[in-house]
Amino acid sequence: MNESPSPEEGAEQARRTADAVARRSYGKLVAFLAARTRDVAAAEDALSEAFAAALAVWPLQRCPANPEAWLLTVARRKLIDAARRRQSGDMAAAQLQLLAEGLQWVAQADIPDQRLALMFACAHPAIEASIHAPLILQVVLGLDAKTIASAFLTSPAAMGKRLVRAKEKIRQAGIPFSVPEREELAGRLDTVLQAIYAAFAEGWSDPEGGDAARRDLTEEALFLARLVSELLPQQAETLGLLALMLHAEARRGVRRTTSGEYVPLAEQDPAQWDAAMIAEAEALLQRASALHVLGRYQLEGALQSAHVHRRRSGSANWAEVVQLYDALLAITGSPVVVINRALALAQLHGPEVALDSLQAIATDERLAQYQPYWAARAELLTRIGAHAEAGRAYEMAIGLERDPAVRRFLQRRQAALSG
Amino acid sequence: MSYILMTYVNEAGWFALSKAEQEQGVAAYKAYAEALTKAGVLLGSNRLQGGSTATTVRISHGKPQVLDGPYVDSKEQLGGYFIIDVADLDAAIAWAARCPAAGHGVVEVRPLWPMPA
Repeated sequence: MNESPSPEEGAEQARRTADAVARRSYGKLVAFLAARTRDVAAAEDALSEAFAAALAVWPLQRCPANPEAWLLTVARRKLIDAARRRQSGDMAAAQLQLLAEGLQWVAQADIPDQRLALMFACAHPAIEASIHAPLILQVVLGLDAKTIASAFLTSPAAMGKRLVRAKEKIRQAGIPFSVPEREELAGRLDTVLQAIYAAFAEGWSDPEGGDAARRDLTEEALFLARLVSELLPQQAETLGLLALMLHAEARRGVRRTTSGEYVPLAEQDPAQWDAAMIAEAEALLQRASALHVLGRYQLEGALQSAHVHRRRSGSANWAEVVQLYDALLAITGSPVVVINRALALAQLHGPEVALDSLQAIATDERLAQYQPYWAARAELLTRIGAHAEAGRAYEMAIGLERDPAVRRFLQRRQAALSG
Repeated sequence: MSYILMTYVNEAGWFALSKAEQEQGVAAYKAYAEALTKAGVLLGSNRLQGGSTATTVRISHGKPQVLDGPYVDSKEQLGGYFIIDVADLDAAIAWAARCPAAGHGVVEVRPLWPMPA
């Protein structure tokens, strides 16, 4: 019974256990290690040393019964060593005191879950908004800068520097590791949800799922959204965001034919959508609406729900869809909403009305380089028979599209104009 | 800042395409150049002839040495470039991602050395 595993088996088992712990608890361990000192970078370094130690030691001794506690004990010792090396005098004494206070937890089986507090620190208004999502992905989930940089279309070196700077800011500015009080919660929560949604959207932009790092990003974002909605179940918008993401995820695989061609929503086979995910999303939207606090994610979730219902039942519900876009527009004022609303409006009142509605945003400079704007214009112009103008709009949409399959789809539409 | 986007593509891939696919490919590059122009960022661009037409020259021991073929003999060859003027590296990367070459090859983004005024 007590046979020792072979060295290969031992190493393999150690690696599997370490991977599982990293997957399950990385953010929990970082949050716990950094909560007192607010030094996220030092916590991450100590934790990565602890993982390296685990891979060296576990194969020789069997994996510990509580690997999280083992890692935490080692990481904490590394942190204390590092603090001793780095500093001397009063500063060091204060720092060591803070670190020692945490030690008592390690003996216990349950590590307190401070991931939510860590997320609020990462998405703090004092930190530049565009780094919130990358920071959460790194600190809570342990993704490396290279993976994050690709997903956010930026250089790995630049992403690495920005992450380091943001962590320094948390430490130096004394950004708190805490969940904000009730009055502040809704506003602060919004930045956390935005960061999660940004991560999801970046993952979503790899429809072929060919890029493993990106595909994982939607899974990671779903993991974070589930975590936040478990920890804050009474916040309607966290439920709305999770519902919205599940609706989108349910259609992931159906967006491409087997040969990799783009399939728009209107041409997808609803039977191939993931029914379990859709059911979960619908239940979440129900729960959210019972809380009587409307918000943008619930509205976007409701829009997804309306699209699913229309395609499944075959009955048009464009009036409801336009209404939802109106409400969303009132909250966000976003030109992106105006574009989607115009396409729904075209179904309800015809393409001329829809094109008129786009006039409101025609002078917005950001749209000049926004593919969906040109694709929507091209589609509407085609429908009123303005083929030359439609062709030029398609040309812009094609030039701005980065997904080759969508580019081919737009090129087919453009070619059909002259056919 | 000015950047050059250099496209590296597998030349054999081009000849393996059907005529219709080649036309679609050329049209995608044309649309891309058009979008760069409309955005007011394009400073210049060219498509190069195939790597087999390349000749390399270097002075070795005081004498010119001329060799047939491209400098780097790899499957993916420099096929063209776009020089653009944009706010920063992230903007350049965003344009590189839209370049059709990013879909079937690689786009290298390099800042140009600033010219003294």
